Amino acid sequence: MSTANDVLPRLMTLAAERFGKRSSELRPADDLFDALGIDSVEAMSLVTALEERFGIEIPDYEVQDVRTFEELATVIARRV
Amino acid sequence: MRYEGTQLSFDLGHGGVVEVRLHREPCNEIGLVMLGELERVAEAAHAPGVRAMVITSAVKRGFCAGADLRELHRENASRASEPVEARVREVRGFLDRIHAAFDAIDAAPITTIAAVHGVCFGGGFELALTCDLIVADKSARFCFPELRLGLIPGFGGIPRLERDVGNAVIRDLLLTGRSLGAARAQEIGLVSQLVAPGEHLSVAHRVAEQACRFDAATTKVAKAFLKPIPKERLAREKDVFCELFAGPVVAKALARFDADTSAMPYLPAKQDSA
Repeated sequence: MSTANDVLPRLMTLAAERFGKRSSELRPADDLFDALGIDSVEAMSLVTALEERFGIEIPDYEVQDVRTFEELATVIARRV
Repeated sequence: MRYEGTQLSFDLGHGGVVEVRLHREPCNEIGLVMLGELERVAEAAHAPGVRAMVITSAVKRGFCAGADLRELHRENASRASEPVEARVREVRGFLDRIHAAFDAIDAAPITTIAAVHGVCFGGGFELALTCDLIVADKSARFCFPELRLGLIPGFGGIPRLERDVGNAVIRDLLLTGRSLGAARAQEIGLVSQLVAPGEHLSVAHRVAEQACRFDAATTKVAKAFLKPIPKERLAREKDVFCELFAGPVVAKALARFDADTSAMPYLPAKQDSA
């Protein structure tokens, strides 16, 4: 079973690569929409990429109210 | 055969494959203009010399985000003083036309393929379901968000989904409004091929060219056998849509959607359940 701390670095690296950011620019408590400069469609594509990377399914109602990388990592960790 | 519309275009390539390209920004929302142009697609699907059809999107965000809800909201709001029956009549007229077009694409005597990427929501999902096959790239996501608006899908999507997958999946999609990634959509049998990003159109064409090698008359007979359209369910879906449209929820929900800037506007906001 993974914890949010296990998931967080991989999540942030993937998000940074996907949206052309340096992972060193991102902080776990950042608002991921602001930090990545993404909209809802791009957020969906991030969810799809995370599903593929972690081999899980993430129902979007579970991430609907997620704002930060660490909150997203917690959701993913529950399913990995 | 060539058609250059304002929101979609198509032409007949070698071997009898028609490629339909949706190109309305931001994501091919289906309003009155798109409907008129989809009616041209429906005619083309039955035209002599056409052996297969590929429907795809030239828009970056995805295949199709569904009905043009902002147009529907504006139209509905501008007629707010009229009796509800008049507004429902208008909506039913739109649904009758879209059902006729979608039924014609669905029942065309050729092989039809939706080449899908990105957003494939609501009416866009319903359009993809009219096709015989869905080839999806990994970015594709499928969703029926209509309950958010106090509605059900109205373009024939529920009976077509019932034809293709199990009822547990249908309830999950409709009653939660969640989206499915392409990999999950392939697992449940909605997507026939899952391909690398950007490869969906070329793979769809290779599938179409393969399908064209069969005898056209045999394809026609096979298609008629394989894809009967559940007409009673389609009619009932339209009735239910119109009954819900006449109710108190939809106008407010459309206005809220129009003003929504949330991260996932297709999911019900917390205040919706209050």
